[in-house]
Amino acid sequence: MNSVGEACTDLKRDYDQCFNRWFAEKFLKGDRSGDPCTETFRKYQLCVQKAIKEKDIPVDGVEFMGPNKDKPES
Amino acid sequence: MVKYFCNNTDIKSTWDHVVSAFWQRYPNPFSTHVLTEDVVYREVTADNRLLSRRLLMKTNRLPRWAECLFPAGMSRSVYIIEDSVVDPVSRSLTTYTWNLNHTKLMSVEERCVFQDSAKQPAATQLKREAWISSSVFGFSKPIQEFGLARFKSNQVKAMKGLEYALSNLQGETPQRLLRDTVKDASEKAKEAAKTLASAAAGSAPQKPQQYV
Repeated sequence: MNSVGEACTDLKRDYDQCFNRWFAEKFLKGDRSGDPCTETFRKYQLCVQKAIKEKDIPVDGVEFMGPNKDKPES
Repeated sequence: MVKYFCNNTDIKSTWDHVVSAFWQRYPNPFSTHVLTEDVVYREVTADNRLLSRRLLMKTNRLPRWAECLFPAGMSRSVYIIEDSVVDPVSRSLTTYTWNLNHTKLMSVEERCVFQDSAKQPAATQLKREAWISSSVFGFSKPIQEFGLARFKSNQVKAMKGLEYALSNLQGETPQRLLRDTVKDASEKAKEAAKTLASAAAGSAPQKPQQYV
């Protein structure tokens, strides 16, 4: 799958592979031994956050789950 | 005025598989309208929940009558945020998805909750809710109804995409899906191309199409 930053797709792929392995083998099993993906994530984020700024995508300052706050409980 | 939509489905896979597949569902044969996908925030909280934010860019295929509502030069792409919380202890995945732009034309918000099925073993129940609204004066009702129809159609594709990702994960060849998949994907791609082409060329009205 492509990244919104054309130059970031390979970095995204590396990170996704690392994350998917960690998620299924560690996180879901309650293993808290640490995140092996911090470095790949950092490189990927450097690239993608730059692309987001360049394309003026209005993600900044959007509160996590913001619109959910005014909805009734599920 | 807001249209509210809610439904419940059972997915014939374990919660662990569904949540793993959730991260791997793009690209799939039913997601030709999804152009880019990025994780832009991720954090494991002190109580071991995973918070994530994904940014998606999708095409915005509209019927001809809605095309004229777009000021010339406005971006055709829709940016969508998907925030999610995975709680591996209570075994729930909650997602909240909404569009960042084109909100005056239409705002679509969706909340999904994935949990172990209360009815079937080794299955997952999904509760889906959506809120669809438009503030375009004089056009609200047709836009909302179009939005709802497209939303429902996209839900079907989203489920097929998730099932596709699940079967890849579990190592099955998705034979059952393959024939429909190829036919569906190429039909949808043709439709999308036609819609974009007619919008660009400003051609004479075509007969009504299913806008997905």
